Amino acid sequence: MRLRPVLAIVLRQFYLMRGSPARLFPLVIWVAVDILLWGFITRYLETVAAPRFNFVATLLGAVLLWDFFGRVMMGITTAFFEDVWSRNFLNIFATPLGIPEYVSGLVLTSIVTSSLALAMMTALATTVFGLSMLAYGAMLAPFLLVLFLTGIALGIFGAAVVLRLGPAAEWLIWPLPALLSPFVGVFYPLSTLPGWMHAIAYALAPSYVFEGMRAIVAGEAFPAMNLVWAAGLAALYIVLAALFFVRVYRHAVRTGLLARYSAETVS
Amino acid sequence: MANEGVVAGPVLSVSALRKRFGDKVAVDGVTFEVRPNEIVGLLGPNGAGKTTIINTILGVLEPSAGAIGIEGRDVARERAEALARTNFAAVYAPLPGNLTVYQNLRFFALIYDVGNSAARIEALLEQFELEAFRDVKCGVLSSGEQTRAALAKAMLNRPRLLLLDEPTASLDPSKAREIRAQIRELAHRDGVGVLWTSHNMIEVQEVCDRVLFLSRGAILLEGDPRTLPAEHGKGSLEDLFVSVAREPLTIGAG
Repeated sequence: MRLRPVLAIVLRQFYLMRGSPARLFPLVIWVAVDILLWGFITRYLETVAAPRFNFVATLLGAVLLWDFFGRVMMGITTAFFEDVWSRNFLNIFATPLGIPEYVSGLVLTSIVTSSLALAMMTALATTVFGLSMLAYGAMLAPFLLVLFLTGIALGIFGAAVVLRLGPAAEWLIWPLPALLSPFVGVFYPLSTLPGWMHAIAYALAPSYVFEGMRAIVAGEAFPAMNLVWAAGLAALYIVLAALFFVRVYRHAVRTGLLARYSAETVS
Repeated sequence: MANEGVVAGPVLSVSALRKRFGDKVAVDGVTFEVRPNEIVGLLGPNGAGKTTIINTILGVLEPSAGAIGIEGRDVARERAEALARTNFAAVYAPLPGNLTVYQNLRFFALIYDVGNSAARIEALLEQFELEAFRDVKCGVLSSGEQTRAALAKAMLNRPRLLLLDEPTASLDPSKAREIRAQIRELAHRDGVGVLWTSHNMIEVQEVCDRVLFLSRGAILLEGDPRTLPAEHGKGSLEDLFVSVAREPLTIGAG
């Protein structure tokens, strides 16, 4: 894999963000609004609920981690959508750029943009609402890793779906994190869920992160093996998503979908 | 670098190329070559299969059968090596309008892994008279300026094979003449092979060393655009084009 074509994808996103402040809003403003909203909700809940429950670390921390997951996914899909929106498929795929280079460029772009969003959210939650990320101890790094890997996988999957179904399928992709959130127990323990949802939650890597987060804040034990399992699941998602993307790309090349993509022909 | 490892023989070899879309045969057993220093015109009415052939050469459309080689590199098996030696400009593939001319050229220079890209970009901005539009977003350029930006992109990697799909369609006669002269010079000075589609038969006669007439996905005629009309009893290349479009069976039999 060549480095410069990978960096080209990142550079393109940098150019676009520099030239269009609207692209910075999801990274900086929307996440800040989310943190403010949930920060004030937690502040209110702390005035009306039992004092021993740490709402800031449990609820606001969960919102921060979940938004990070969403930003990772959207870092991939948004960089991909730039090629959809500018009808650039022919220009970009008629070059020596390989699919691994292209996808690596999307991932690298997401690392940069999601790190920016995470820094913004952490600064706001810490300074305004007193959230300390240290409350999660050494588990913070694996928490972020699992969410990052899962976000990457979901982003690649989303890009493949849009490549397969056409530009309008973008509207199916934006709500994907919201679709997952009831199953992974962002705000409540998995034991709250009915049996069938609980079963699905076990197959979703972020479930282990939020269960672990609540356990640590409550001072309970949380087996590290659970996070190893979660990281393994997330890595498996990435492999499956990458295989799915390659399969969809090959189908698009075989059927002519790539060359006449804007026609939204599904065959 | 695209110019490294130049091999003797055709720049482009297309062999028994066939493409089906369901029941429809878009390209039906097409075989041809483009040699170094040669500009080959790919002519035919709308729907004849020209763009399908170009898309298969560019690797964005998989043939149903046949093989495509670019300087001996098989597009199916050695895609990256083959496409590193190729570039294209087409009216239906403008550069992204939300990036400036410079940003687009920088982006594609990295994609093509062009060495010393800063100097290359400056040279191309000058060659295509784009210096004044360097920091202008491509989306607000006139169609002629966008065409010149796309041509600059097409030259970035010093391609051995250049695919041009109606490259002068949006240019005024003066600029079109300049661009034709530049591409002729490029082909004959640097040994580049060019596959050129156009509906402007005067341009084709001026630029192309050889033409291929396509009809219904197959090559019907091939020859020198300056002598081919007379060989088929036509007064001009445009008359021959019209006959191919309307009565392909008559022409093919003749």
